Amino acid sequence: MSDYLNILLYVQIGLSVICLYRIIRGPTIPDRMVGVDIFGILVVGVCAIISIQTERSFILDIGIAWIILSFIGTLTLAKYLTGKKLNE
Amino acid sequence: MRYVAVFILSLIFWLLLTFRFTVPNLIVGSVAAVICSAIFARYYFHNVYKFLQPHRYFWFIIYLFIFVWECIKANFDVAYRVLHPAMPIRPGIVKVKTTLKSDFAKMLLANSITMTPGTISVDIIDDNLFIHWIYIRSEDPEVYTGMITGAFEKYIKRIIE
Amino acid sequence: MNNMISLIFITIGITFNLLGCIGIIRLPDTYNRLQAATKCVTLGCCSILLGVCFHFGFSDAGIKALVAIPILFFASTVGAHALIRGTYHFGIKLGERSIKDDYKEAVK
Repeated sequence: MSDYLNILLYVQIGLSVICLYRIIRGPTIPDRMVGVDIFGILVVGVCAIISIQTERSFILDIGIAWIILSFIGTLTLAKYLTGKKLNE
Repeated sequence: MRYVAVFILSLIFWLLLTFRFTVPNLIVGSVAAVICSAIFARYYFHNVYKFLQPHRYFWFIIYLFIFVWECIKANFDVAYRVLHPAMPIRPGIVKVKTTLKSDFAKMLLANSITMTPGTISVDIIDDNLFIHWIYIRSEDPEVYTGMITGAFEKYIKRIIE
Repeated sequence: MNNMISLIFITIGITFNLLGCIGIIRLPDTYNRLQAATKCVTLGCCSILLGVCFHFGFSDAGIKALVAIPILFFASTVGAHALIRGTYHFGIKLGERSIKDDYKEAVK
């Protein structure tokens, strides 16, 4: 049971590494940003699985904060892509 | 009136997030909710009395079930296109006209379209939604408008307007 | 019993995440990658959080996981929308297999 959860955790971390491949390799800038966005969502899954393993609930708080920070980061990057200033 | 609505909603959110019903926790949550409603309430909820009409909650629950079913269908659709050796994609951006009026309803419709099979919303200009579609099934505007927005538009109209 | 249900939900979620990551590697251009990845990864992580909710039951952690689902949903869909709009305005063309572009004359 706990071993199976360990395997799932390693699979989820491996999926984040696949996203890192797209960030490093991506031919254009928007491709890298897609990688960053998806990476931010995958980390929330890692936080959730760790909170089951350690039976602590504060790691879910870290997950929620990570969602909001990654959302703000994505919006800022998208604003940069449209070519406007940040105060428009 | 809308300040009270935002205050109650943010207090419920705080209590769900902390889940501890002691007096100090309630005081801290009330102060945070007062600050939030004082700053942000002027942007939301132009008609608060819609919260008190129970049939909107009924339609919202039905909408939720349909939405979850469409999400699961969307995932199997993506799985089929990704795992197929030849990748059967035919992408493009199409223009869809919507009859919804308020901004919040348009936002909800765009989010629903993003999670349904093969479509993602690119932009909203006035009444037109621009949809990136991974496999364009027909060229006729009438047909694809029904395919994309038909499942959600009538429920969102009953929930919000 | 609850542990079994939560493990089943987490396994389903990780399978969906795997499909999304295959999509982000395999599909040919930015728009299709964003399309596949956003759908699959969002539903996968929502499923993992639902599994966490079943594991903890009706306690503070379970409710917290349940509250995280709508936040994750709205954040990822609005982020994907902003990102695809930014990609178009940045000047990335649609892929060579695309057949229709109604947005071009609306932008000008």
